[in-house]
Amino acid sequence: MNTWERLLHTKPARRGLLMLLLVIAAALAAPLISPTSPDHLDPGARLLAPLSRSAAQPDTHHPGMLHLLGTDSVGRDTLSRLIYGSRLSLAVGFAAVLLGALIGTLLGVISGFFGGIIEAVTGWLIDVQLSFPFLLLAIFLLGALGGGKTAVICVLALATWVNYARIVRSQVLSIRNQGYVEAARAAGAGSMRIIFIHILPNTLTPLFVVASFSMAQAILTEASLSFTGLGLDPATPSWGTMLNDGRDYLLSAWWISTMPGLAIGFTVLAVLMLGEGMREVLDPKAAP
Amino acid sequence: MNEPLLNVENLSVEFSTRAGSHAAVSDVSFTLCAGETLGVVGESGSGKSLTMLSLLQLLPNRAAAHATRAQLGERNLLQLTRTELDAVRGREIAIVFQDPLTALNPVLSIGRQITEVLRHHFRLDPARSRLRAIELLARVGIADPALRMTQYPHEFSGGMRQRVTIAMALAGDPKILIADEPTTALDVTVQAQIVSLVAGLLEQTGMAAIWVTHDLALLARIADRVMVMFAGRVMETATCEDLFARPEHPYTQALLANLRQAEGATTAVTADAAARGCPFAPRCPAVANICRSTAPALSRAAHGGQIACWAGRE
Repeated sequence: MNTWERLLHTKPARRGLLMLLLVIAAALAAPLISPTSPDHLDPGARLLAPLSRSAAQPDTHHPGMLHLLGTDSVGRDTLSRLIYGSRLSLAVGFAAVLLGALIGTLLGVISGFFGGIIEAVTGWLIDVQLSFPFLLLAIFLLGALGGGKTAVICVLALATWVNYARIVRSQVLSIRNQGYVEAARAAGAGSMRIIFIHILPNTLTPLFVVASFSMAQAILTEASLSFTGLGLDPATPSWGTMLNDGRDYLLSAWWISTMPGLAIGFTVLAVLMLGEGMREVLDPKAAP
Repeated sequence: MNEPLLNVENLSVEFSTRAGSHAAVSDVSFTLCAGETLGVVGESGSGKSLTMLSLLQLLPNRAAAHATRAQLGERNLLQLTRTELDAVRGREIAIVFQDPLTALNPVLSIGRQITEVLRHHFRLDPARSRLRAIELLARVGIADPALRMTQYPHEFSGGMRQRVTIAMALAGDPKILIADEPTTALDVTVQAQIVSLVAGLLEQTGMAAIWVTHDLALLARIADRVMVMFAGRVMETATCEDLFARPEHPYTQALLANLRQAEGATTAVTADAAARGCPFAPRCPAVANICRSTAPALSRAAHGGQIACWAGRE
């Protein structure tokens, strides 16, 4: 594919893709590469600093296990939790962004293109969504849906579709009056053809920018949802829950929060770089 | 000539506004025979583009077209179903628009935009539509078409883009090509190239064409018949030779005498074509009392064409 090749020839995209693949590979290979189970409690090895070993078990001759990134307040290995946590954070982040972008883009395109009652209803939905406090909505929904990964994804998507819908709608409003849309119509193209072939590709550039930022937002919001006890079971390893776990120990055991923070930063940077590359490749004017 | 391909009678276009409906085009009638080139000339706002857009139902939402007839073969153009309309647009009647800078989609490659038309109308597979698109680009005089296919509109000059839109119009193999001021946005040398390109293509294909312009001199080169419009009405219709040799309508005479002066000396003209009287009366040198009260209908003129003028009545 031409687009793919060009994407791989763009420096930031190549780096971003590589970084993202690294994280994804870690998530997929979690059972193989993580030193121990993420739920393995070791009361004797609480709050160990990175690179320290837990005490040797008295009944064996094994030396204590090496904790590369330290342990948390109940003696769980930070590295293992980080690796397993990537599974959930990535899944939630990607799924929420995809779902939100899908809903938002569709509604935005339809309301911008057809106008009239559809636009009025969508505009009203956007206003309701924007004026409704997110946490309140999250409490309602998670209460009704009963928590869990799928519910969290839905809530995150519901919170972000507005961004896409507004941007896409405003883009469509200006694009639908362009000469090439009229020309396509004059050449016999129906509404669906015009929307998907002529209008949608023109809205992609800002969409990618919003999507890459939303991805970061989604990972962090998932963390705050888990923190309030609304999202996932606090024992589930996710970067968000780990971040919150370490909050009380920031001064005495900085690594508990810092490590997942770095992981989030790394992933978000990868996504942003990839998004930037995508934007460059998809915009014909920026191409060499 | 033979049976007309397109037969339009009493076409009116009305805009509904808060102040009531406003006629922008009224009682326009014309025919177009196979292989014929009809030139439509008029000032800006004379309703020539709207007339053309109404034939393909491309009018803005607030505008509505009515006609006693708008016959294309068996079909009534103003009463087409959605599917019929998609089959007529581009396939029976294709339009080349005025501004080539906006008529192409900036994020799709040229090849994609042409093959899109081919695949829509002929359901060609990708490989065959690609070959056909290359052929079309070569026909409109684009060098190295296979390479140009992969490029985007911003890599083309204005004249080249207009060639591409002409190729897109040809892609549907239409019976009628409507050229809506296709050379207005281009510079003079490129205009001449585009005009001779289209004239050559029309000759090769035997397509009928309607060429809309405000440049009467241009029509002398390419049109078989000329229709002169003013304030949404037809003033005069005649064969090209007759119109230039023996113009009958005072407006046509003024246009021919000095096109620029006629355009420059615009006395405010009532925009409402449905207003009483002949719309040209305020500027007409041969104005009579009846001109101000009743608009003349099109009738037979001495040169064999048609004219809407009380003075030209036999």
